[in-house]
Amino acid sequence: MITEALIWAIFLLPLGSFAFSALVVRPFFNRYSLVSGIVTIGALGTAFAFSIWTLRSVIVHHDLNFEPIEWLEVGGATIEMGLLIDPLTAIMLVVVTGVSLLVQSYSLGYMEGDKSFCRYYSYMSLFTAAMLGLVLASNIIQLYVFWELVGVSSYLLIGFWHERPAAAAAAKKAFIITRIGDVGFLIAILYLFAKADEFAAAGLNAFHIPDIWQAAQPEAALGAVLGGTALTWLALGIFAGAAGKSGQFPLHAWLPDAMEGPTPVSALIHAATMVAAGVFLVARFFPVFEHSADAMMVVALVGAFTAVFAATMGLVMNDIKRVMAYSTISQLGYMMAALGLGLYAPAIFHLVTHAAFKALLFLGAGSVNHATGTFDMRYMGGLRRVMPVTYVLVLMSGLSLVGIIPLAGFWSKDEILLGAWDGSSVLDTWVNRVTFSALLAGVIMTAFYTIRMIILTFHGEFRGGVETELMEKAQTVPAGAADHGGVHLHESPLVMVLPMVVLGIAAVALGYLANPQWDMGIPKHWITGFLADGLGAALGLEGHGEALEFSWWMALVSTGAALAGVLLALVIYLRRKGKGADPLEHAGPLHTLLAQKYYVDTLYEDVIVRKGFFKVIAGTLDWIDRNLVDGIVDLIGWFFRNIGSAIGKFQTGQVQAYATGIAFGILAIILALLLAQ
Amino acid sequence: MSFEAFLIVAAILFCIGLFGALARRNVLVVLMSIELMFNAVNVTLVAMAKYLAPAALQDDISSVLTGQVFAVFIVTVAAAEIALGLGIVFAMYRTNESVDLTEATQLRH
Repeated sequence: MITEALIWAIFLLPLGSFAFSALVVRPFFNRYSLVSGIVTIGALGTAFAFSIWTLRSVIVHHDLNFEPIEWLEVGGATIEMGLLIDPLTAIMLVVVTGVSLLVQSYSLGYMEGDKSFCRYYSYMSLFTAAMLGLVLASNIIQLYVFWELVGVSSYLLIGFWHERPAAAAAAKKAFIITRIGDVGFLIAILYLFAKADEFAAAGLNAFHIPDIWQAAQPEAALGAVLGGTALTWLALGIFAGAAGKSGQFPLHAWLPDAMEGPTPVSALIHAATMVAAGVFLVARFFPVFEHSADAMMVVALVGAFTAVFAATMGLVMNDIKRVMAYSTISQLGYMMAALGLGLYAPAIFHLVTHAAFKALLFLGAGSVNHATGTFDMRYMGGLRRVMPVTYVLVLMSGLSLVGIIPLAGFWSKDEILLGAWDGSSVLDTWVNRVTFSALLAGVIMTAFYTIRMIILTFHGEFRGGVETELMEKAQTVPAGAADHGGVHLHESPLVMVLPMVVLGIAAVALGYLANPQWDMGIPKHWITGFLADGLGAALGLEGHGEALEFSWWMALVSTGAALAGVLLALVIYLRRKGKGADPLEHAGPLHTLLAQKYYVDTLYEDVIVRKGFFKVIAGTLDWIDRNLVDGIVDLIGWFFRNIGSAIGKFQTGQVQAYATGIAFGILAIILALLLAQ
Repeated sequence: MSFEAFLIVAAILFCIGLFGALARRNVLVVLMSIELMFNAVNVTLVAMAKYLAPAALQDDISSVLTGQVFAVFIVTVAAAEIALGLGIVFAMYRTNESVDLTEATQLRH
């Protein structure tokens, strides 16, 4: 059984490699920056091994309880720091360290020759450390600290090539939009702080996460500390933070822009781990959410809407990474919807498989970019001949995303669809129906945009890469292209391909390995059962939600929907020759609406920011500053300037005038004294 | 003669001196008016020394003399002050070619 120190080491190792890269290698040995990459990979490899060990310990011993360390005492509330090791944490640890390890290895090839190689690895280590801290946190304040730290490292990495204005703007946008959601999370924490005394009276700590779970249980011995409307608002506050991080509508606008960062960053942060932190957060507080039907309904509807909404935009994007970004938002919508429907374990299962195949898709996009120098699919094509390994891997992960049996994505998505069809007993019937229909529609669109992306990139004739793009757009810096300028069509180096192969194996096999539908050495429904038991054990209940039985007809329906999308894309795009306009442009205004991202960016930037903030709020404040504040200051200045010259008039220089003043002054004083007596 | 009569005379003297000091333009006249005010005070001091000393202390010469000594003091100081004042008047006459007080405003501002 693993010790507490080794679990802390999972978090401290990446932190140490961050400190080493940032404080030692970069200032003193920047010439040997490769060292920072190797140190990071070594630290993560060790952390990965410890994570596997943790997972094993949790499987064997179920809950590992560690005493938290007291950190601060504020009023009646005690803030502690500690480890919360349950099945959810253990699985997330393996996912985060595993994907991070593979992405860091890949980056050795992708970032080779970048002048900020060392900075890249220190940021990546910082991110991984923060993400692991977030996963391990047993205290909501501790969790919040790492939550923000994850946001900061995301900001740093999106703006990694900060000399490009688009990257700097995207980093700022990501930071601000996620911050809007974080306000809700912060308010939820403050509410807990306000209730600290009531928690203490029930023998609970208001910030300790398992205690918050207990407080929300209506059947608790002392009666629920949290309940009714307050519970709903608390859950919605937490969900606001989660929606910001996970790019749920209406806070989704930052994620596509975040693709300005280096591609391995997109793979690790904006596909596999950080954006899944929102889903993790809702899952972490699932025992709170499930006692508020209203909050669950909001989560389910927002998730379902986002799943469809983002998928429609993914249909028309020309930038390969943006297609994947919208796909990520859409898949996160699936997870949120699943959580809203009470499908705790399927949501996390989908998170795990999604982390594998979406990270692989992004790494594939990076690999393609490595060869063509661009991300614009209009200038790609025909790459399957020069990059066969990348092609096969992207095809597999793409089909896994689509949900083709028997790839990993099929099993997790099928589980969610099946659960959505059965519906949740706490929600109204119409919510169940709407969610299910939205998710099924999402499947068709997912299939369509994935196949479209693969055909545009890998099939047909090669359309010139970055050189043609530059010529046609007559610009000096390719939009969205990294500094891998120039077209040199070839397969990526082994250091990049190897991590992709490992992820490819996961994208294919994770479905059976984690959650087999039949007993095959691994227990049936292993991961969902494991998660559900963990949740039940934490609440002191026996069994929490039954594992869903595999249903052939649901598999047929979802596969049918996926195949319909695949066929549609094949028919439209495979027949197309040369580089004419995208066939979808025939849809006219609908295409424009989608290509303009439903004008949401326009709404946010032009209407809310420019007109709302700049004109109304900033304008009013500017007027107040100019007229009211400056006016008062000017008035004071004017008063003393003029009172000076007015009083100066008395200064005649006439001795007798002064003497008269003194004489009458004394007289007045004497009179006053006499009168006062 | 009563104590009040002394005070009335002193007050009249003081007022004449004050009026002269405030209203006349000639520095010499102003200096003389100041002299008048000094002497008004002297008269008061001497009168008070005579009338206000407590009966029990009438035999103690020092208590009676206090006011008179002050008066002599003032006479001495006034003489010194006039010497100084006349020196300033001379300096003023050299720069202004007049002893008119209203013209002596160089120190203003």
